[in-house]
Amino acid sequence: MNIIVCVKQVLDPEIPPAKFKIDPEKKEVIPPPGVPPVISVFDERAVEAACRLKDKQDGKITVISLGSEKAAEVVKHTVAMGADEGYVLNDEAFEGLDSFGIAYVLNKAIEKIGAYDLVLCGRQSADWGSGQVGSILAEILGIPVVTLACDIEAVDKKLKVKRIVKDGYEVVEAPLPSLVTVSSELGLPRLPAGMRIMIAARKQVPVWKAADIGAEASELDKAKAHTEVTRLTVPTRKTECEMIAGDSPGEAAANLASKLAELL
Amino acid sequence: MKMDNKGVLVCGEIAGGKLAPVTIELLGIGRKLADELGEDLSALLMGSNAAGLGKEAIAYGADKVYVAEDSLLDDYNSDAYTQLVADLCQKVPPSIMLLGHTDVGIDLAPRLNGRLGGGLAMDCLALALDPAKFLVSTRPVFGGNAHAEMVSKSARPQMATLRPKTVPPAERDDSRKGEVIPVEGKVDPSALKVKVVDRIKEEVEGVKLEDAEVVVSGGRGIGSAQNFEMIRELANVLGGAVGATRPACDEGWAPMTVQIGQTGKVVSPKLYIAVALSGAIQHIGGCLGSKYIVAINQDNEANIFNVAHFGIVADYKEVLPALTAKFKELLSA
Repeated sequence: MNIIVCVKQVLDPEIPPAKFKIDPEKKEVIPPPGVPPVISVFDERAVEAACRLKDKQDGKITVISLGSEKAAEVVKHTVAMGADEGYVLNDEAFEGLDSFGIAYVLNKAIEKIGAYDLVLCGRQSADWGSGQVGSILAEILGIPVVTLACDIEAVDKKLKVKRIVKDGYEVVEAPLPSLVTVSSELGLPRLPAGMRIMIAARKQVPVWKAADIGAEASELDKAKAHTEVTRLTVPTRKTECEMIAGDSPGEAAANLASKLAELL
Repeated sequence: MKMDNKGVLVCGEIAGGKLAPVTIELLGIGRKLADELGEDLSALLMGSNAAGLGKEAIAYGADKVYVAEDSLLDDYNSDAYTQLVADLCQKVPPSIMLLGHTDVGIDLAPRLNGRLGGGLAMDCLALALDPAKFLVSTRPVFGGNAHAEMVSKSARPQMATLRPKTVPPAERDDSRKGEVIPVEGKVDPSALKVKVVDRIKEEVEGVKLEDAEVVVSGGRGIGSAQNFEMIRELANVLGGAVGATRPACDEGWAPMTVQIGQTGKVVSPKLYIAVALSGAIQHIGGCLGSKYIVAINQDNEANIFNVAHFGIVADYKEVLPALTAKFKELLSA
C-alpha cells in the first residue's frame, strides 16, 4: 500500500499565551525566540495512522511538507516514526498561499510522486487551522474523502474508517484510492526508537521547487486568492481571579464551596 | 467577479424531526445579512420530511426554502449532501452560504468549497458585512490565541461555518410569507463512493456535557485513570458532567467524547471547575462561555488562572475530597 502523508511544520501550540505575539500590520504571528517549531499535532497522528497500516502490511510511506526549508526537520521526525521517503516543498511562490493554493501545490507534488492508494492529512493545522486543505485536495485529485478519522484499517482493498462525530463515531467504507483526514482521537503517536532516529538523521530530504513539480505561476498568483486575512487581533481575556485561601487546602476547598453555593 | 451570485443561502440541518438549533441561529444572522444586502434569504432542507419544515424555516426568516425530499438524505452522507448542495448552488448561485460548525458542516463545507471554488472560513464566531458589502468572517486561529477576519473578494460563494450558540436564534413569526420550492433531481446512488456502515453512540453516563449546568474537567495533572474518579465524584455531587482536556483523553483517562476545546466540545455551563489543567489556549476556547470558571492547580502561574474567576493554588488531591464533601453537606442542607 502506497501512502502519502501531508504534514505541516507549525509554531509550537503549547507555548504559553504570554509568549504569543502578532504583527497586526503584516497579519502574521511573530515566532517567539528559542521555541523550535513542531509538526502539527493532527498531522503527526496522520503519520501515526500510516505507520499503523504499515505495521500490518507491506507499504511505503511518503511524506510531503509544504513550508520553509526547516520543514526538513519535521520530515525527518516522520522518518524516525516510520516513513520511508520525505520531500519538502519550498519556493518563494508558495509563501502566503490560501487553502486552494496549498491544495494545488500538494496535488502537483503528489502527481510527481506517482501511484498512491491513500493520502492522509491532519483534520486541520494547529496554526491557521483552516480545516479544508484535505477536502479541497481530494476534490482536485478526484478521489473520495473521509474526514475526522480516529481509526483506519485496510481490508480487502478497501478502507474501513472510524470517524468522530459529536456523540460517538461512524464506521465508513471507502474505496482505494481515497483521502482521509485524521483527528487527535486516533491516539498518541509513537515515540521513535533508536535505530529509526539514526536512519532519519542520515536521510536526505530533497527540496522541490515550483519548477520541480510543474506548479504554474498563474495558479500561485496571490491576487487570485479565494480568501484573505484582512485583520488579525489577539483577544483580551483577562479575568480578575479571586484566590481562595484557607489554613489548609481542605479549608480553602470548603470556603470555595460555600462561596460558589451562594453564587449559584 | 461572478456577478450572478445573489442572496444568502442557509444550509439547514434537521435533528429529531425539527430544525436544528444552529439552523435557527443561522436563519437569524442570515436574515440580517440578506436585509443589509437587499437580497433574499433562502434555506435548504434535506431528507424525507424536509417539506414539512419549510413553513417553519419561513417563520424563522427565510424567503425561499428549497426542499430536497430524498431518503438518501435522511442521515448525513458526505457524498450525497455534497452532490445535492453543489447542484443547487450551480442552479441558483448564492452570494453567501452559511452552515453550522457541526458534524455536518465540518465535513460538508470544505468539500463544497473545493467543488464550487468559493471562499470559506470555518468555525466562525462572528459574521458581518464590510462597507463594500463583502462578508467578513471572524474565526479563531492559532488555537484561539488570535482572531482573524477573513474576506473573499472575488471567489463565490462566500462561505462560513458558524460555531453553534454564538448568535441568538431567529425570532419565530408565523405570519411571514415565503415560498417552498422542491429541488428537482435525486441523488445519484452510483456517485456515493463512501458508505456509512455503522453509527455508534458513545453515551456517557449522567448529564449530557452540552446541557450540563456544571462541568468538572480534569487535565494532564490528574495523573491516572484512577484519580479521574475524584473528578467524577465531584461532578456527581453537583449533578454535573465530566469533561477532560485533550492530553487527558489521549491518556485514556476519559472517553474522547468528553474532550473540551477547539477540536472537541464547546460548553457554556454556569460553573466550570478546571482541575489540574494548565489552561492551554486550545482547551480554554471550549469553556470561555462559562459563567464562573474555577481553577484548581498547584502552579500559580498556570494560564487557567488568567481566565478563572476563583482559584485555589494547591495539589488537587488535597482539595477535591474536601470540596466534594462540603458541596455534599451544603446541598443536603
